[in-house]
Amino acid sequence: MDFELTDEQKMLSETVTRYIAETYEFSKREHALRGDEGWSREAYAGLAEMGLLGLPFAEEDGGFGGGGVEMMLIMEAIGRGLMVEPYFATVVLAGGVLRHGASAAQRAGIVPGLVAGEHILALAHDEAGIARHTLAVRTTARETGGGWTLDGAKIAVIHGQSADTLIVSATTGQGLGLFLVDARAEGVSIEGARGYDGVPVASVRLSGMTVGADALIGTAGDGEAILDKVFDEARAALAAEAVGAMAETFDITVDYLKTRQQFGVAIGSFQALQHRAVDMLMQLELSRSMAVLAALSLGGEVDQRRRNIAAAKAQIGKSGRIVGQEAVQMHGAIGITAEYKVGHAFKRLTAIDALLGDRDHHLARLAAMGGVYAAA
Amino acid sequence: MNLDFTPEEIAFRDEVRAFFREALPDDLRRKMIDREHLEKDDTVRWQRILNARGWAVTHWPVQYGGQAWTPAQRYIFQEEMALAHAPEGSPFNVNMIGPVLCRFGTDEQKARFLAATANLDIWWCQGFSEPGAGSDLASLKTSAVRDGDHYVLNGQKIWTTQAQHADWMFGLFRTDNSGRKQQGISFLLLDMGTPGITVRPIETIDGGHDANEVFFDDVRVPVANLVGEEGKGWDVAKHLLGSERSGIARIGLSKERLSQLRSLERRLADDGTLTTAEQQRLAFKLAEVEVELRALELTQLRVVSADAHGGGANAAASILKVKGTEMQQRMTELVLELAGPAGLATAAHGAPGDPDQGWIAAAAPFYFTMRKVSIFGGSNEIQKNIIAKTMLGL
Ligand SMILES: Cc1cc2nc3c(=O)[nH]c(=O)nc-3n(C[C@H](O)[C@H](O)[C@H](O)COP(=O)(O)OP(=O)(O)OC[C@H]3O[C@@H](n4cnc5c(N)ncnc54)[C@H](O)[C@@H]3O)c2cc1C
Repeated sequence: MDFELTDEQKMLSETVTRYIAETYEFSKREHALRGDEGWSREAYAGLAEMGLLGLPFAEEDGGFGGGGVEMMLIMEAIGRGLMVEPYFATVVLAGGVLRHGASAAQRAGIVPGLVAGEHILALAHDEAGIARHTLAVRTTARETGGGWTLDGAKIAVIHGQSADTLIVSATTGQGLGLFLVDARAEGVSIEGARGYDGVPVASVRLSGMTVGADALIGTAGDGEAILDKVFDEARAALAAEAVGAMAETFDITVDYLKTRQQFGVAIGSFQALQHRAVDMLMQLELSRSMAVLAALSLGGEVDQRRRNIAAAKAQIGKSGRIVGQEAVQMHGAIGITAEYKVGHAFKRLTAIDALLGDRDHHLARLAAMGGVYAAA
Repeated sequence: MNLDFTPEEIAFRDEVRAFFREALPDDLRRKMIDREHLEKDDTVRWQRILNARGWAVTHWPVQYGGQAWTPAQRYIFQEEMALAHAPEGSPFNVNMIGPVLCRFGTDEQKARFLAATANLDIWWCQGFSEPGAGSDLASLKTSAVRDGDHYVLNGQKIWTTQAQHADWMFGLFRTDNSGRKQQGISFLLLDMGTPGITVRPIETIDGGHDANEVFFDDVRVPVANLVGEEGKGWDVAKHLLGSERSGIARIGLSKERLSQLRSLERRLADDGTLTTAEQQRLAFKLAEVEVELRALELTQLRVVSADAHGGGANAAASILKVKGTEMQQRMTELVLELAGPAGLATAAHGAPGDPDQGWIAAAAPFYFTMRKVSIFGGSNEIQKNIIAKTMLGL
């Protein structure tokens, strides 16, 4: 049993964290948010240059073969910087589908551009009016003339508006299928919006749009197994991102407690606030433990992986809420303003809870699985 | 990073597990499962079994009977102990006075007390708190006035756990009133049979009697029983209170309770005591505490791992006391909820031979008594003050 990072992992973490702190200060982020796309191509190119986009991909695909721990370190740094660039959408979600399901030919066509930061992908799975955070969809894929015809509507497609390629889930008659769809193809319409956390989301409509047989990832029934893995990886990544956002929020708050003066003293000298800061610290540390657990569980036995990941997601949902709410409260009115970083972290933490199953969702899953600890 | 135990650690775990399985007397195990109060003899018997195996005082220095275990081994040992339903031995002997004597005792004191303390031939109690001095321990008043080669003690201690069984007390007494309140405190050892000592029981909300008031009326204690220097007792006490890092959260105990909760839940679901809605709500609540327990467990392991690498995860270590006690309390709350009306009467309600009957009956006293864990050993509020000051710099 060992929780120490290797020297390379430490270096990766320090380098990425420092790089993001130096190149992506808060004003840069705000500028990016105001741009047309809502994120910065330049900042994303910076991540590409550092080799971070290729991190989880195999070396033969042009990646670095990084594992769960490396992903955790990067996502934590991204969380600290509150980056809105499409790392999660492209590398973690869509990239995960490519890694777990795509053929060598499909990967060869996409991964190099993805790794270079030039090819943006988004995963279009969620739909309105259907049980949330499940693998169920209404979008259909019918086999027609050597290819497929897709019909349906997707919501909350993260970075969908900027995507060059969408990965669309649809029922095929043989189970859930995943399809590579050119975002600019005929029959695809995309309507972009901004998430309350700043991250762009989109609604996607597919109307009789056709793709070739080579658009199918794996076989027609592979979608469920692929997404099951990818979503757990994505939850682990979100847990790490949340830890980064919480750590940043916590640091800013403690700093504020030391500097803000009222009644002639720093407000941090008031015990009522000290104890709440300690509670924040506890939530942060518990979340960090769970992010580590999640990262280390990814390669493990499936049942245990599911329990651990659900537990991690439930924990960060709760912790993120406490840390965010307390930080805003302890900042007083400044905490409410749109120009202050703490509010943005709070919003991102709130969004992270909502994504891929919130706290209650995962607690219910755990209850159904018989709990966190597998029966002895 | 790697979550798995090494083959050596697994072998160690198996060895410990086998030992507990064989060495723990059945009647003791049953009492632990049923949350029955342990008699003095029970604790003595078990500590001697452990001591014979060399495992009663494992974190003492090796020369005094300790084991040079890695943090991981300590963690494993404690967890296995809890899962085996084994009692913990006397904390006053094992965790408090023993380590203090190893560090501050004279050669004479070591020779006289250490082996006897490890074997529980001497039963110790702790006389720190006074009616006016709890969290603000240094404001204690009970006086020890030098008279030749004796100190003469007058005053009162309170909350003294198990003083009614104790052969000896280690305590803090005021030998000087002139300086700062932390100065002038001395750490003394006293024979509870000394004339002038009166022990009066305090009944607690669980209906039990563990705590006592202890009165001193011209009690004469030889100067040879001073530990450390006169007036420097505060340093000795701080050493004693600086609790051991691993195990402070009592994860093993909470896990063991959790598995009992789970089996009771299944039973009450099967026999129709719980409605489906109740079952669902309960499953959800259990998942909730389990998530937190898992997070705490991992945090504990991070501390253990950091210790093995020469420290570092300080922030995590202090969280363990507060969060761990909150967890333990939450468990007892759930047990009580689950027991429902059946838990109202502490007398037996179940069928004869019902394996769960004992601890269902104990649910309420257990819940009430566990309110103590966030109060003693430095209340959780005091812990938070310490964290805020030392870690956050507030
Ligand atoms: C079951 C049990 C067994 C015990 N056994 C022993 C024993 O064997 N020997 C022994 O010497 N003592 C023993 N104690 C005493 C124990 O150490 C004290 O109860 C403890 O230190 C708290 O002191 P107090 O009870 O006087 O509470 P107080 O100090 O009066 O505190 C009352 C409340 O105020 C809070 N508070 C106090 N100061 C602050 C502050 N600065 N900031 C915020 N909140 C504060 C406390 O957290 C608590 O909630 C035992 C206690 C219990 C409950």
